[in-house]
Amino acid sequence: MSVDGSLPDVVLTAPPGPARPVAGHQANPAGPTAPSVFQVRDLSVYYGEFKAVRDVKLDIYEHEITAFIGPSGCGKSTVLRCFNRMNDPIPNARVEGGMYYRGIDVYGDDVEPVEVRRRIGMVFQKPNPFPKSIFDNVAYGPRIAGNRNKADLADIVERALTQAALWEEVKDRLHKSALGLSGGQQQRLCIARAIAVDPEVLLMDEPCSALDPIATGRIEDLMEEIQQDYTIIIVTHNMQQAARVSDRCAFFTTEVNEASDTRTGVLVEYDATENMFSNPSDERTENYVTGRFG
Amino acid sequence: MTSRHPSIQTAPLVQTDPSGKPYSLTAHLSPRRRMADFAATTVMVASFFAAAVPLVLIIGYVFTKGGRVVDMAFLTESIPNSYRRVGPGMGPAVVGTLLITGAASLMAIPLGVLGAVYLHEYGPKRRFARVVRFTTDVMTGVPSVVMGVFVYVVWVLRFRSQTGFAGALALACLMLPIVVRTTEEMLKLVPAELRQASTALGARTWRTTLTVVLPAALPGITSGAMLAVARAAGETAPIILVTGLTFQTNANLFEGNNTTLAAQIFRNASQPFDGAQARAYGAAFTLIVLVFIFTIVARLISSRFNRMRR
Repeated sequence: MSVDGSLPDVVLTAPPGPARPVAGHQANPAGPTAPSVFQVRDLSVYYGEFKAVRDVKLDIYEHEITAFIGPSGCGKSTVLRCFNRMNDPIPNARVEGGMYYRGIDVYGDDVEPVEVRRRIGMVFQKPNPFPKSIFDNVAYGPRIAGNRNKADLADIVERALTQAALWEEVKDRLHKSALGLSGGQQQRLCIARAIAVDPEVLLMDEPCSALDPIATGRIEDLMEEIQQDYTIIIVTHNMQQAARVSDRCAFFTTEVNEASDTRTGVLVEYDATENMFSNPSDERTENYVTGRFG
Repeated sequence: MTSRHPSIQTAPLVQTDPSGKPYSLTAHLSPRRRMADFAATTVMVASFFAAAVPLVLIIGYVFTKGGRVVDMAFLTESIPNSYRRVGPGMGPAVVGTLLITGAASLMAIPLGVLGAVYLHEYGPKRRFARVVRFTTDVMTGVPSVVMGVFVYVVWVLRFRSQTGFAGALALACLMLPIVVRTTEEMLKLVPAELRQASTALGARTWRTTLTVVLPAALPGITSGAMLAVARAAGETAPIILVTGLTFQTNANLFEGNNTTLAAQIFRNASQPFDGAQARAYGAAFTLIVLVFIFTIVARLISSRFNRMRR
């Protein structure tokens, strides 16, 4: 991790050179702040013949929370799943264009998807703890990475659960089933499980949509706390949530293709969150954030 | 207790609607609905009894007739070499059943589970997987005597001897498609979210399968495997074809003839003599109890692995 500002050792097999610059893209609209972790260049995703989302260009910056907002079917989740190649298992999903992690093409021929996913963790819409104990859930990632040291694992589990603001609630029942936790606790457990492998980036796909407002509040607090250690990308349907937690915001919407009567997602606007909500430059963004559409 | 609504202290009165009729929530079913309700209930209860009656009769009959015969001597002593003789025992058949079914399970269950894992976790859409799936479906329907003939041709004729292992091979061929199909159905029931969670943590497919998918599907896989074991333990035709017959206990699967309870039930029940008939009932009783014990033990083991499910 690069909390101290140093670059991490990049061991993804890397084609040399930085991301190719693209003229006129919307990357880094709020001016240069931190280095960018991801460079997305003209990314399009297809499911078979169907074009789900097209020509996405944006940069994701270190230690920022970036929110993807937009109506259903606009491709936010699809794009999110490209960051750690979670679209791979979907039959006939196809990705075109560039998805670069620190200048490395994530879809490059010699990139190991497993290594990508170890660096780029993910939290899903529905809390999905394994039917194992709380401890075994959090220790799962470190264990598959080869860590077998008991004391070490106990440390990692305590740290991850503490960071996920769950330690106090579960420290006396670590070896009880994770399925006995409430929905909000389960989701915080999933966050603990994701950060236990010490990823650099955390992808969150509508992490609060199955939770009540109190549990949602806790997850949002948690995101702001862990922001100093991780770069977070969150997909949300909840505009207030995006406004509350994110530093930068990307608005996606759908375009109807007249010929085939299908809808393709497009990135409309990408800017600092305050600009997006107070002074959007695109009319479609304004209509969406003011509730006139979607 | 105080309330800002004083009337809440007393039971409310039933209100009347604007036309003056009191509101009512009592249902008045039409005669048609009442009839349909009655008919459906009757059919369900009757079907249940129709299904349960033969089951109870078989078990009751075997237990009363067979239970009388079975004792320690019956379970351990050699089989009398004449059907006319009265008395125990079935020792060789008990040993034969345990060994042959056990060996068949050791071959068929791991292979079947691995096959199902391939079909569902690795190649669900591949042409090869489709061919394998179709073949297992066909194999499920192959009569057991055909499997017996198959093993007779490829194994018994080659080695010129009928052995317990040949029986185990035939039973394994019968169990394999059942294990593959039931396991695949159980793998389908494991939520995709669990696989995704594991994949997103950097696990490869084999690790996800081994640590998340198989444990989650274990109770169902156990049921399927037990179904296959029970079927195999009761198979008669292939055993008679490929294991031959013995009256002495033979604990060596690879040498000499062997026998099983199912084969002994067939041989003894088809004789007119009282001694043989009693032994057939005793063997049937023993077989039912054995399968019952297998099932209980398998359930206990799989529930130990699943303390974390709720």
